[in-house]
Amino acid sequence: MGKVLMKGNEVIAEAAVQAGCKYFFGYPITPQSELVAYMARRLPEVGGLFLQAESEIAAINMVYGAAGTGVRVMTSSSSPGFSLKQEGISYLVGSELPAVVVNIVRGGPGLGNIQPAQSDYFQVTKGGGHGDYNIPVLAPASLQEIVELTNEAFDIADRYRTPVILMGDGMLGQMMEPVEFGERTHSELPEKNWATTGTRGDGPRRIITSLELNAQSLETRNAALQKKFARIKENEVRYETYQTDDADYIMVAFGTVARITMNAISKARQEGIKVGLIRPISLWPFPEKPFLETRDVVKGYISVEMSAGQMVEDVRLAVNGHAEVDFYGRTGGVVPTQEEIYQKILSVAGGSRYEHENSF
Amino acid sequence: MLEEIIIAGFGGQGVMSMGQLIAYAGMLEGKGVSWLPSYGPEQRGGTANCAVVVSDEPVGSPLVTNPSTAIVLNNPSFEKFEPLVRPGGILMINSSLVTRASNRSDIEIIELTATDMAADLGNAKVANMILLGAFIELTKVVSCDSIIESLKKVLSEEKHHLIEVNKQALNKGLSLVKTA
Repeated sequence: MGKVLMKGNEVIAEAAVQAGCKYFFGYPITPQSELVAYMARRLPEVGGLFLQAESEIAAINMVYGAAGTGVRVMTSSSSPGFSLKQEGISYLVGSELPAVVVNIVRGGPGLGNIQPAQSDYFQVTKGGGHGDYNIPVLAPASLQEIVELTNEAFDIADRYRTPVILMGDGMLGQMMEPVEFGERTHSELPEKNWATTGTRGDGPRRIITSLELNAQSLETRNAALQKKFARIKENEVRYETYQTDDADYIMVAFGTVARITMNAISKARQEGIKVGLIRPISLWPFPEKPFLETRDVVKGYISVEMSAGQMVEDVRLAVNGHAEVDFYGRTGGVVPTQEEIYQKILSVAGGSRYEHENSF
Repeated sequence: MLEEIIIAGFGGQGVMSMGQLIAYAGMLEGKGVSWLPSYGPEQRGGTANCAVVVSDEPVGSPLVTNPSTAIVLNNPSFEKFEPLVRPGGILMINSSLVTRASNRSDIEIIELTATDMAADLGNAKVANMILLGAFIELTKVVSCDSIIESLKKVLSEEKHHLIEVNKQALNKGLSLVKTA
């Protein structure tokens, strides 16, 4: 097929279709509406079904119904609409149903605006809905990575019977880059012997529910869920490091912000400041390993986010007091520039050098 | 090579498609490219703009704050981006609509009465292509052939009759800076 120039939102949709997603229930909202529009046109071509629901709440519950039959299904939204889906997402977790939910984050809180943001980090990584749960969250930084991670998201969902969140920001959704849809990797996945497609009298009844009125039974069920989350933490951590080997300071950033940060790192390196980057690709499970490997060697970390400081809390947990953790963030849809990030590097790295020079 | 371009004007002046053509042409030439639109509410009635990065390497940040070239098609875009062009960069002005003049001496300033010239060609809508022709001749970011190749792919079949006037506009822009 070769390279094509597409918008991020369209890439998510096409990658989902190629991953075998034939059902989409959604409701348009900027900055992810192109995804919905693409699905409306594309799914009928592959014998699938696109349905624009009357609301985000309806859409996520339709996803619940479709997922119960064992098909690959997806919904997508942006921050306020994603908030509306939380009840349904909690039900998906409680009923152990696989689905992919996309959040192309915009500025908040409230109605906010339509500009890029990462301020739903807490919501996606710490639960979001009610009850004790975590959901795997994948955060691509480029359109090519969207292709790979969308496919992965569906596989992870099927492997663990869990909803998976694909999180980007308005910039990732709106931008165009060349992408190539190569051969899809097929991983071995468990048979969906739980799907409610009718037993035809040849087996026991299959019931999908998150209701469990007996407290002891619900605790047992929670214990099983926690075990599953532990398995996910063990197996599904994804991250990338960049120039961390000799780094005095390590930046931490995900998604598009990681790319802007990489430009700032190049500039800092030209000035002789040794800076590297840890880019979490799975936001949950959060990659602790690259921090354990570096926290006794580096002078400090700087988390850069389009939020008032959310991922930085996970960075602090992973560093656990072994090194300084600093933060730079912009909010409300403002995207940090490479110059601002570079200045932050200077103030942290240059600052301590200055102190060192003056300690004589 | 790393070109970071901002193209800005009113919605409808073809600034988004100009950017997409550069990105598409860059992709055809095997370069790293990205195209990022402004998509805020300012698109209605105000300025629309897009940032295009063309590079020999894979593109890092798609966000452009200090462009190596800014192409401005109306007054509000001039106001916004004239101060942001990096020293040594290029500011291209559609002087048919932009009434202000830049007094920066650290950048190259190209003024073309693109809208008027496009009207002379019989289609005022190709003002963007005149500027685009001049831009690729000045910077050699992508070749004229790649732009025309991209046009064929970007325009749907029923609009292919417009390719000729677009070509004329490109060549017009190209010749203006060649002789300058």
